[in-house]
Amino acid sequence: MNDTASQNSISVVVNGENISLAQPLTVLELLAHLNLASRGIAVELNRELIPGDRHHLIVVQDKDVVEIVTLVGGG
Amino acid sequence: MSDSFSICGHTFTSRLILGTGKYSSFEMMRQSLEASETQCVTIAVRREKLHDSTGRNILDFVDPQRYVFLPNTAGCYDAATAVRCAKMGREILRGLENQGADWVKLEVLGDSRSLLPDPIELLKATEILVKDGFKVLCYSSDDPIIARRLKDAGASSVMPAGSPIGSGLGVLNPNSLGIILDDLKRGDPEYPVIIDAGVGTASDVAIAMEMGFDAVLLNSAVARARDPARMSKAMKLGVEAGRLAFASGRIEKSRYASASSPELGVISTEVGK
Repeated sequence: MNDTASQNSISVVVNGENISLAQPLTVLELLAHLNLASRGIAVELNRELIPGDRHHLIVVQDKDVVEIVTLVGGG
Repeated sequence: MSDSFSICGHTFTSRLILGTGKYSSFEMMRQSLEASETQCVTIAVRREKLHDSTGRNILDFVDPQRYVFLPNTAGCYDAATAVRCAKMGREILRGLENQGADWVKLEVLGDSRSLLPDPIELLKATEILVKDGFKVLCYSSDDPIIARRLKDAGASSVMPAGSPIGSGLGVLNPNSLGIILDDLKRGDPEYPVIIDAGVGTASDVAIAMEMGFDAVLLNSAVARARDPARMSKAMKLGVEAGRLAFASGRIEKSRYASASSPELGVISTEVGK
């Protein structure tokens, strides 16, 4: 079992931070894993915007770079 | 008097666009937005906090159904990053069903000290975003030539800086800004030209509006004022006063006086014998 877990486990960069995941997740699953609501956010995978209606389809792979952004005050 | 202006087919009765940054609290921001009676607010796109999030979200304090959100690309120093930032802003605003979803306040900066735009990267980003269907409102320098190039590239509005962002120096180069207004509005008087950045106080806003700008975009002058909500009201009144004055046709300036009271019928200076 441990072998399977380590085989599947991946490392991704989310907002500049290295994160280990036990297995590849869809973008939707990744957001849930990070306790982030999907309202008011946008997600980029390897500098490519992933529209909200595709979050359940796109799987984050090992070494992927993810940006998750939201709205903040600005001028 | 009914007075309104349009950007990208959307009509506003308020000519003040207010930023949502730098307030001491979300509550103070909300009070200031109320006092300004603005209908359009700028907003920034930043990384979501993965830890130690306070749980307080700006969307709980500024209603996306009430205000048109104008997402910015602040902090971007090249066209490619600004384009990515604009697309992420659009994605978020589409999810909120906000009317500003396809709009972007395009900032492509050239220098972190002056925060002045990089005109070459700005033009490049404008071309890319216009082609992608964005309504691009360009934060520009006060150079009339780049302003013209941005309009030609399809910018929905050109927004020259009165002075550097957050400087409070007001309108520093009225001559160049006047040339921009003349040039961009020649044969196209409804084309919106907005003064963006540099405002310090209400008289700066009134000066810009008297020159014929369609609207003013400001943030720091309200957010960093000692009493932001009161300053916000002052800005609203400054915009209205300046616009009214512009529409009223000011008198010519003259080196010499022109008496306001009749010159005839003045009582005698003679002394009786």
